[in-house]
Amino acid sequence: MSYQKYYVPEQSKFPIYAATALFLLVMGAAGTINDLGKPDSISVYILYSGFAVFAATLYFWFRTVIREHIAGLDSVQLQKSFVFGMGWFIFSEVMFFAAFFGALFYVRNFSVPWLGGDGEKGLANMLWEGFEASWPVMSTPDAGSAYVLADKNMSWPGWGNALKWLPLWNTIVLLSSSVTVHFAHLALKNDNKKSFNTWLGVTVTLALIFVGLQAAEYYEAYAHYGLTLNSGIYGSTFFMLTGFHGFHVMMGGFMLAVMLARSVLYNHFDPHSHFGFEAASWYWHFVDVVWVMLFLFVYIL
Amino acid sequence: MSAVIESHNHDDHHHGPAKGLTRWLYTTNHKDIGTLYLWFSFAMFLIGGAMAMVIRAELFQPGMQIVEPEFYNQMLTLHGLIMVFGAVMPAFVGLANWLVPMMVGAPDMALPRMNNLSFWILPFAFFVLLSSLFMEGGAPNFGWTFYAPLSTTYAPPSVTFFIFSVHIMGASSIMGSINVIVTIMNMRAPGMTLMKMPLFVWSWLITAYLLIAVMPVLAGAVTMMLMDIHFGTSFFNAAGGGDPVLFQHIFWFFGHPEVYIMILPAFGIASHIIETFSRKQLFGYASMVWAMASIAILSFVVWAHHMFTVGLPLAAELFFMWATMLIAVPTGVKVFNWVTTMFKGSITYETPMLFAIAFVVLFTIGGFSGLMLAITPADFQYHDTYFVVAHFHYVLVPGSIFSIMAAVYYWIPKWTGNMYDERLGKLHFWLSFIGVNVTFFPQHWIGLAGMPRRIPDYALQFADWNMISSVGAFLFGASQILFLFIVVKTVMGGKKATPEVWEGSRGLEWTVESPAPYHTFTTPPKVN
Amino acid sequence: MFKKATRSANHKLLAGLTILFSSNTFAAWNDLNMTEGVTAISKEVFDLHMLIFWICVAIGLVVFGIMFYSMFAFTKKKNPNPATFHENTKVELAWTVVPFLILVFMAIPASNTLTKIYDDTEGDINIQVVGYQWKWQYKYLEDGIDFFSNLTTDWDEIYNKTPKGEFYLEEVDEAVVIPVGKKIRFLITANDVIHSWWMPDFAIKQDAIPGFINTAWTIVDEPGIYRGKCTELCGKNHGFMPVVVKVVTQDEYDAWVQDKKDAAFRMAELTEKDWSTAELTERGEGVYLKNCVACHQVNGQGIAGIFPNLAGSDIVLNNKAKNIEILMEGVQGAAMQSFANQLSEVDMASVITYTRQAWGNAENGDGEIVVPKDIVEYKKPKV
Ligand code: HEA
Ligand code: HEA
Ligand code: HEC
Ligand code: CUA
Ligand SMILES: [Cu+2]
Repeated sequence: MSYQKYYVPEQSKFPIYAATALFLLVMGAAGTINDLGKPDSISVYILYSGFAVFAATLYFWFRTVIREHIAGLDSVQLQKSFVFGMGWFIFSEVMFFAAFFGALFYVRNFSVPWLGGDGEKGLANMLWEGFEASWPVMSTPDAGSAYVLADKNMSWPGWGNALKWLPLWNTIVLLSSSVTVHFAHLALKNDNKKSFNTWLGVTVTLALIFVGLQAAEYYEAYAHYGLTLNSGIYGSTFFMLTGFHGFHVMMGGFMLAVMLARSVLYNHFDPHSHFGFEAASWYWHFVDVVWVMLFLFVYIL
Repeated sequence: MSAVIESHNHDDHHHGPAKGLTRWLYTTNHKDIGTLYLWFSFAMFLIGGAMAMVIRAELFQPGMQIVEPEFYNQMLTLHGLIMVFGAVMPAFVGLANWLVPMMVGAPDMALPRMNNLSFWILPFAFFVLLSSLFMEGGAPNFGWTFYAPLSTTYAPPSVTFFIFSVHIMGASSIMGSINVIVTIMNMRAPGMTLMKMPLFVWSWLITAYLLIAVMPVLAGAVTMMLMDIHFGTSFFNAAGGGDPVLFQHIFWFFGHPEVYIMILPAFGIASHIIETFSRKQLFGYASMVWAMASIAILSFVVWAHHMFTVGLPLAAELFFMWATMLIAVPTGVKVFNWVTTMFKGSITYETPMLFAIAFVVLFTIGGFSGLMLAITPADFQYHDTYFVVAHFHYVLVPGSIFSIMAAVYYWIPKWTGNMYDERLGKLHFWLSFIGVNVTFFPQHWIGLAGMPRRIPDYALQFADWNMISSVGAFLFGASQILFLFIVVKTVMGGKKATPEVWEGSRGLEWTVESPAPYHTFTTPPKVN
Repeated sequence: MFKKATRSANHKLLAGLTILFSSNTFAAWNDLNMTEGVTAISKEVFDLHMLIFWICVAIGLVVFGIMFYSMFAFTKKKNPNPATFHENTKVELAWTVVPFLILVFMAIPASNTLTKIYDDTEGDINIQVVGYQWKWQYKYLEDGIDFFSNLTTDWDEIYNKTPKGEFYLEEVDEAVVIPVGKKIRFLITANDVIHSWWMPDFAIKQDAIPGFINTAWTIVDEPGIYRGKCTELCGKNHGFMPVVVKVVTQDEYDAWVQDKKDAAFRMAELTEKDWSTAELTERGEGVYLKNCVACHQVNGQGIAGIFPNLAGSDIVLNNKAKNIEILMEGVQGAAMQSFANQLSEVDMASVITYTRQAWGNAENGDGEIVVPKDIVEYKKPKV
């Protein structure tokens, strides 16, 4: 193999802008949260400006990378660096979710039973008379004095009501989107741009449907089930896991939408080199796998 | 605004550094970024060290003298956080930036722009953290381990800023580690197989893996805190079905690998230096690699040794005790290898070697006290006393910090082209060596005698040795000013260094001239 | 056998070193080691500690011995031509296996002791220990005795205004009292943040986790006063939260129990009494200094941003009902805890009255006082 030079960009303003944007985001977010309920707080504007700078920086940064690619500056080796980089980034995301799944595992197998009087530390029940362990936890140990108890939960409703159960539809939608994005990939490899665009379009639509369904589910939870962040550990884990997953769906969907736009508007991607799309689709598969775990551990079991 | 590095040999310097401040702001050069990391880390070491001086000054005598208890707690928390996240970790990342590409024969880090971003997040993150000192209610005051609910329900408002600053520090670490891994996996010069890689590179490959695995977990932990504080969830509150101990499990799942993140690169450094100054090939290269890998793997299953007193079920206590003890085996292999490398060598004692030897001895002492801590029933007596403080300062200060100083002395001729002043270097070593032992050795005793950690005032029987410990701390602290002086002096000038610098040096970085050209290995070298 | 041997060797060494050190002002050498304690378990823990310690010393001697030997024998001067060996499978295998065996040797006694400590059966006397910011509450589950234990060291001693006493920071107003020879079981928990109940002489250290209960047990045979501390960072006054246990004979213990029960009875009488403002304020000052200064400070002004100012607080000035409610219920999610179980009706009424009278509050607000009957009234179930 003949040696190809590695592309090292000379200087770049993007990183320092991105770092500044993160700084603004952080100051703005912390300030806003601390000042919730204070009308004269300016933190939220810092937050917005952080968003704006960050979005703009990312836009130009990625645009530059794409242009460099089109200009043929990046070697095969550099593209491999991107591949590795994306892979490890996804691994870090997996570990992020692992923290929340770990928390769920712990409360279900340890803290809730203990508080209810079972297991090795069941003595704790002395402090919470009357609390009985069950999952989903519908009454908190303090019997709701600090929390607003939910009347219903999101678990498997039995076969009779399965079709009215949103999570099942969500699962169907998300699983099929993983398939459609794969079809898109195959189409691209076969150099069938039209089919690629169609399948990618379908995927993005499915992503939107998923987000819509999840919004409906949240609305249901807050409005009719009384299930909120505030209803004890079940609500906490439920919203934390599904919420962060939903957020990742939005990110992944957005990434795919950008790929669609690039393909439709600029005719980017060729059958052999299309890492931008591949990265987005990996991310999408990752989001999908997380959902399967969620479906299993949050909804079914 | 960007350029391709030419692979011809005619002029390596035509893309030299830009001039002025923007050189540093916009740079994508691994050497510049390494330099930035190292200076940043040094600044943080001074700030965190100054806080340690406040702590030691307050503990000089029983009674409250110079600060109030609530401020003491803030100093303690910031000292721990700054030293861990601001001094040690960035120093190792800085060394990785400087050395990994040169050691594997790569032109730069794999993702140079992201490399710059990883660095520049840090000054902002620590600005946010330090600015909390001036907020209403004061800075975080719940210890560097920030156990809930002291850090949630009972925390000062600045905790929100603390949480977000941890988030971006984590982002920086993850990006930095991805860069290191990708560089190592993808950019090695032809012929540089994995089992030929220099040990520092190996140590960083493993460290980076640990970082990517655990920093997101830390991010998850602080996110749950944020939700508990502001949005009514009950992860760490029994009243809602959660558990404060859950926080500790998550924290230490991050925290224990974190302490190995702070020592593995040190192992790599020590291996290079001992090999060089013994003028003898490192003993047991392959077992060194396997030892580090085993330490990394074991580090995921020992976290609860920090939680022996929280009331874990017996089976868990036994499991974590045994798993923790096991780590002594691979660590021992490393120590024995270093000693055997010196055995029948041809040793000289330049400053880097002095630091490296002190590293091996004092780290091992810290390891022994770690092993004692792992014995659960005994840990019921040691836990949260100064015995623990002594343990972790032995592995961190003459451990991580000494290794970093050794690395600076060892590679600074390569970075600046100038030799440091050997006489001053030795002076710095001896002052530090004495200082560190006078500071931390007596802490074993006061810990055993029953002095809890994290207290601003103590009972009278601990007075004598606390005073001695403080004196040692001032000595150690003051000697670091000498270090600063030596480094600045070397940067400004000095005896010119040859390319190989040391008589027994091995490795690609010693094949290029000193100072290393701005761009090295634009054409990969051949390794055989 | 080995254990015994190391212990006596250890004692000889200690004795030697004590002589070395006793001539100067330093603490005696014995004070620099772990306490042996006074229970069977604590002695076992001590032996374990010494065993591990000597093993580490022995390994250290070997490793550092070889290292220092190499450092002297193989300098460039003495050995200009280094050897070239760089691996040896047999040696490497040996120094993997031997440490492993040593570890197994240590793990066996350690696991045994641990299993003994984890005996979770009920005690003859069961005491619930509750950590508060920054004091301990002790509830005797069988006898219904219930009291708080506060640091008594004067703040003037702490701030170096007066000389420090013998038990500086290790003295409390009321120690836990237990009889010799009985199995005492502690049920340890906390009310606000995590604390940790440490009594070195019994080798007990258990975290007090809010909402959960940890247990520990002991049997003490030697009467005496034993001192320990809170060992989990629990906020500002974490360093000022000692544990004191008084171990007495069975007879003394029985007398003490009777005494406590009588005191509760006398307290009920006090509640009935008619109190004047001056009486209440005077008593209240004492209660305030003991229970409230840690946060709200002597001058009532608290600490900006964390602990509110009571001098001039609207609630303290003008809202008697709310003022009682805060003291009785605490403030959800803040360091302000419920004092309903900590203070008797009399003390509760007097401390509220005190805060409403002191620091010019009487002049600036409605000046209303609270009498013990108000508290009794508040405690009645509301319909
Ligand atoms: C660089 C950082 C670092 C390193 C390398 C280590 C290494 C080890 N640590 Fe340490 N530790 C910390 C940093 C570190 N630690 C910190 C920061 C804390 C406190 C956190 C806090 O609470 O704030 C802590 C706390 C801590 C605790 C909790 C104590 C408590 O709070 O009660 C324990 C308990 O098991 C422990 C054990 C160990 C062990 C067994 C090792 C082992 O890896 C050591 C292995 C090495 C050796 C044993 C020596 C060499 C070996 C030989 C020569 C072979 C032969 C030896 C034998 C067979 C004995 N550590
Ligand atoms: C890598 C990590 C690291 C490093 C390098 C250090 C370095 C030092 N540490 Fe630190 N320490 C921790 C990590 C570290 N520490 C952690 C994690 C904790 C636990 C926190 C917690 O409980 O939450 C801790 C806690 C801790 C305590 C316990 C406090 C308590 O529990 O109440 C003490 C007390 O002696 C201490 C002392 C010191 C000293 C004297 C140094 C010295 O080595 C520092 C020397 C450096 C300097 C002094 C800077 C250079 C000089 C100047 C800036 C000029 C000014 C100098 C003078 C005025 C003399 N540390
Ligand atoms: C551990 C710390 C702590 C102790 C001890 C403590 N307080 Fe408080 N107190 C607080 C905090 C924190 C608040 C603020 C609660 C809030 O509103 O968030 C508070 C609020 C109050 C208020 C309401 C003030 C206002 O204007 O909102 C009163 C009255 C009060 N405390 C009285 C007392 C009295 C009397 C005692 C002693 C018997 C006492 N406190 C002991 C921490 C403490
Ligand atoms: Cu209570 Cu520390
Ligand atoms: Cu650990």
